[in-house]
Amino acid sequence: MQNKKQYFVVIDERDNVATAVRDAVKGEVIETNLRQQITLLEDIPKGHKVAIRDIAANEPIIKYGEVICLAKRNIRKGEHVHIHNITNILTEYVEAWKSNEI
Amino acid sequence: MKFNGYIRENGKVGIRNYVLVMSSVGCANNVTERIAAETGTHPITHQQGCLQLGIDQALTKKMLIGAANNPNVGAVLIVGLGCETIQPSLIAAEVRGKPVEYITIQECGGTSKTVQKGVEIVRDLQRKIAGQKREPVDISHLIIGLKCGGSDTFSGLTANPVLGYVSDRIVDLGGTVILSETPGLFGGDKYLRDRIVTEEGKRKFDEILKFYWDESARLGETLTEGEMSPGNIKGGLTTLIEKSLGGIKKGGSRPIMGGLDFSGEITGKGLWIMDPPGFDIITISGQAAGGAQLILFTTGRGSPVGCSIAPVIKVCSNTKTFEWMEEDMDINAGKIIDEGLSIGEVGEELLMKIIDVANGEPTKSEISGHREFALGRIGSTL
Repeated sequence: MQNKKQYFVVIDERDNVATAVRDAVKGEVIETNLRQQITLLEDIPKGHKVAIRDIAANEPIIKYGEVICLAKRNIRKGEHVHIHNITNILTEYVEAWKSNEI
Repeated sequence: MKFNGYIRENGKVGIRNYVLVMSSVGCANNVTERIAAETGTHPITHQQGCLQLGIDQALTKKMLIGAANNPNVGAVLIVGLGCETIQPSLIAAEVRGKPVEYITIQECGGTSKTVQKGVEIVRDLQRKIAGQKREPVDISHLIIGLKCGGSDTFSGLTANPVLGYVSDRIVDLGGTVILSETPGLFGGDKYLRDRIVTEEGKRKFDEILKFYWDESARLGETLTEGEMSPGNIKGGLTTLIEKSLGGIKKGGSRPIMGGLDFSGEITGKGLWIMDPPGFDIITISGQAAGGAQLILFTTGRGSPVGCSIAPVIKVCSNTKTFEWMEEDMDINAGKIIDEGLSIGEVGEELLMKIIDVANGEPTKSEISGHREFALGRIGSTL
């Protein structure tokens, strides 16, 4: 499996994260299915996300072309994006949804 | 596009011709299982049928009647105790267009006599439907339920978009597709709401979401915590919105015709949202009780789940799990990553598999003997 080419997946062109399809290690240069090459600044476990652009604090994390959460701090291209460096916007969103719709 | 199915008296089409042996109450489960085992038929057992109140009792009754009316079921034997709230005769009276029989343990004189009587009845039912033949029908007769379970991040990258592709194809061919897992819609719900074509449908959608929001609060959870499992986070999913979007991909991109009650009869064409809980077996049971003949089920970490009244086609999101649990998996969407296939290429493979399964080819869950069914519940049992 290690010898076989596997592309990290970017679902939408607006996305600023790619998803790892195998365990990848710090320093490795990976390629996405949209043919971007990224040098990993950290280990990225299989299934986890890597920033494919620099993302500023409070900027949206975008996957599927949609905002899935906000960056808690500056995240550099090549860094792991997961629960440790994001702010979950769900609670605020649902509160807004409840007050507007119900 | 056509397949060969069993045309029922009401015009609906079965892709299987099961004899169903079903408990009307949990007290009959052992007898039901023994009758089914001895005759090689499909059982439905459950924990309810007595001392449920109001809407909860109504839901149990609706699901059992719906299961018996599923077009994949050619004949039904209902096994009761005798003194339960949901009497077998009440269920039998609502089963249309197929042979239906019922017995009770109290009337038959205990366990062994009921098993013996039940086996005799089932063998008679099997003879009655043995002559029914498959006939060519249009693919638009298919009602397909969508579900994901044991998901990983790859589910949203590969398997769910493949289901989305097939959903669009089935809808375009005139068929019916049911997207479910309402709590799993939280976060991505606004993207779906915009696609609902009627105001009534939008209102129904809002009602469904509000019910689950209130219900989760009543049970001391927020859906933020309740629907993200440690397995999700370990697998790389970061937020509920992300997970939700990955799930919503199963429903493709076509307009949404409206919202359906959990296990309510499915009569319309096109893409619909059904209101069930997120738990896999209850969801697919509700879809099947509503009339779905086939379930498409995506999984990443692996699930063996099947259904007692509908074949389940398992679409695996990654090659590793596909190979590790091959006896439970039908389609490998991991090829998108490993072989560089497009979503559409694997989608066409799945569409061909759907035709084969509709024609009678057993799915992996059928070969392994998976016959799960679970009732939804609303209130306490007294």
